[in-house]
Amino acid sequence: MTTAIGGEAEVYAELEAEPRRAASPTGRTLRRLLRKKLAVACLVVIAIFYAAGIFAPLLAPHGYSEQNLDLSFSGPSVDHPFGTDRLGRDMLSRNMYAARTTVVVTLATVLAGGFVLPLGLGLLAGYRPGAIDWAINRAGEVLSSLPALPMLLLINASLRTRFVDLVSWFEDRIHYHGLTSSGFADYFLIFSALSLFGWVGGMRLIRTQVLTLRSAEYVLAAEASGAGTWRIISRHLLPNVMPLVLVGVSASLGAVAGSEIALTFLGVGIQPPHPSFGALITDGASRTVLENHPQLLLVPASIVASLIFAFNLLGDALNDVITPGAR
Amino acid sequence: MDGLAAYVVRRLLFLPVTLLIVSFATFCITRWGPGDPISVYSGQYRDPEAFERVRHQYGLDRSIPEQYGIWLKDVVLHGDFGPSFRFRDRDIPEIIGPKIWVSFRLSIYAFFLTFLIGIPIGVIAAVKQGSWLDPFLISVFLFFQSVPALVTVPIMVLIFAAKLHWLPPGGFDGMFSTSMVIPTLALSLPGIAGIARLARATTLGTLGADFVRTARAKGIAEFDVITRHVVRNSVVPVMTTVVGLSLVGLIEGALFTETLLGINGIGRFAFESVNTRDYNVVLAIVLLGATAFVFANLLVDLALVVVDPRIRAGRPQ
Repeated sequence: MTTAIGGEAEVYAELEAEPRRAASPTGRTLRRLLRKKLAVACLVVIAIFYAAGIFAPLLAPHGYSEQNLDLSFSGPSVDHPFGTDRLGRDMLSRNMYAARTTVVVTLATVLAGGFVLPLGLGLLAGYRPGAIDWAINRAGEVLSSLPALPMLLLINASLRTRFVDLVSWFEDRIHYHGLTSSGFADYFLIFSALSLFGWVGGMRLIRTQVLTLRSAEYVLAAEASGAGTWRIISRHLLPNVMPLVLVGVSASLGAVAGSEIALTFLGVGIQPPHPSFGALITDGASRTVLENHPQLLLVPASIVASLIFAFNLLGDALNDVITPGAR
Repeated sequence: MDGLAAYVVRRLLFLPVTLLIVSFATFCITRWGPGDPISVYSGQYRDPEAFERVRHQYGLDRSIPEQYGIWLKDVVLHGDFGPSFRFRDRDIPEIIGPKIWVSFRLSIYAFFLTFLIGIPIGVIAAVKQGSWLDPFLISVFLFFQSVPALVTVPIMVLIFAAKLHWLPPGGFDGMFSTSMVIPTLALSLPGIAGIARLARATTLGTLGADFVRTARAKGIAEFDVITRHVVRNSVVPVMTTVVGLSLVGLIEGALFTETLLGINGIGRFAFESVNTRDYNVVLAIVLLGATAFVFANLLVDLALVVVDPRIRAGRPQ
């Protein structure tokens, strides 16, 4: 967070550093972001978390379901730095595999709905007023009036078995059985439903931005020279809304990590034996465990809270960077 | 006021359409799923003949569109939401009414507390922009937003109830008891950051306005400039955007606090009703939530026109 004078100096430094290159709005946003110490710290936290998750099978000292009943509820030691749980499973490894689950869930959800849906629909609604804009906005109104959590519970209760049946039927056809056995099919449905409820806010933001951009001179010039809808959207509008999309994605990654915990606690998210932060926190939050072994709640809670915190701070920093006047 | 009246009428006319879509979608999702309330209650060892008879009695053996038609006719013509399968001799409004009243009282403090803390924090952060206080305040409340309720509630119960014996460990004894403290904190803390960020952004916009400079030039004390001129103009957009959203957030937050603290409110009841496939109750709760959301937003829009005559209804700003 710089002062107003510092901000001006930044702009000059930027002008001097790159006198020739026409910077894309996204590149400019990212470069400004990297000058903020807090934002870099957040990126480091996020990178460590994602690396731990991605390389969990290589790095974790034990398997996530490896039990040792002699060591039930043991405290921190050299062999088990975070101690063990009721079944004597190594908590360090379980936290790493939980991070792996979070990595998969956040990326999948954001790719499925947090990115494509708000971006595509926002661009469309903003650039094509009239029937399309109207339809997208009414759909958004209907969806945002629904209480999302009860709806997710409902969708899960009714459609999960149907969906898993469908996936295994499909697997029989292609002779590959990784989808159901990895638990992917189990949580794919619930997290795509999550993104179904999550696109409305982002869509509105992008739509407003596009409405402003549409009357910008360069867009009018492109239209006058006969550029088609697709060309205007992809070459002229998209680069200018990308910074907004980045803010949205950063905020929604944190929200998705939080939703995993909520959904797993309610029994509809990640299913045991797969470890996830929702499962670790639910186990650790039970009264007797919390009173006698508080580390079983505090360790996973602080890991996942610092990830969500990092995403939120990063979103805030990005927001500062792209909002003129707020720098 | 012509435009305003037309706007309200248009919004109200769209409400039945929303409810029709919502109810049909919800109806299909519930009925299409595996299992039905009768098989949940009749258990594993059941008499097939009796099972079929009860299903027929409740009309569950008909096709889904047919069932929806019957349900819709009862709701529209008689205001009857159908039978609850779990509480057989009671009307649905009679069952969920008291639970909504509990949840309402449980979350009312949190609702106001979020605004009462969030708006001043945002204004202070904006006024102190450039100093350490601005990022510090926002970061503190972003931290509260980042910790799941599932973590904060058990820890608060452990410290304040089990160790210090200051507060009861759960339950609900009315609005004026210590049992309100933990739910109010759990429901309000996560929402403050969002409001504060928004209030900060709008205040930053107002701070640069000409009338603020004029007020300062007239020699008005800085405190009065902020409270009388800036805050009044920056609170309005905050209210527009978030009242409806925070209402929904409270409903969802209530689900966790009620479950964790053993409070018999609507959030927990919705969860139980989904799990026992009590279709009609779930439908009634979802429809009620959607209606409340639409009306809350409409009321906010109307209140804004009253507060700020520059805003034309339906086209804020």
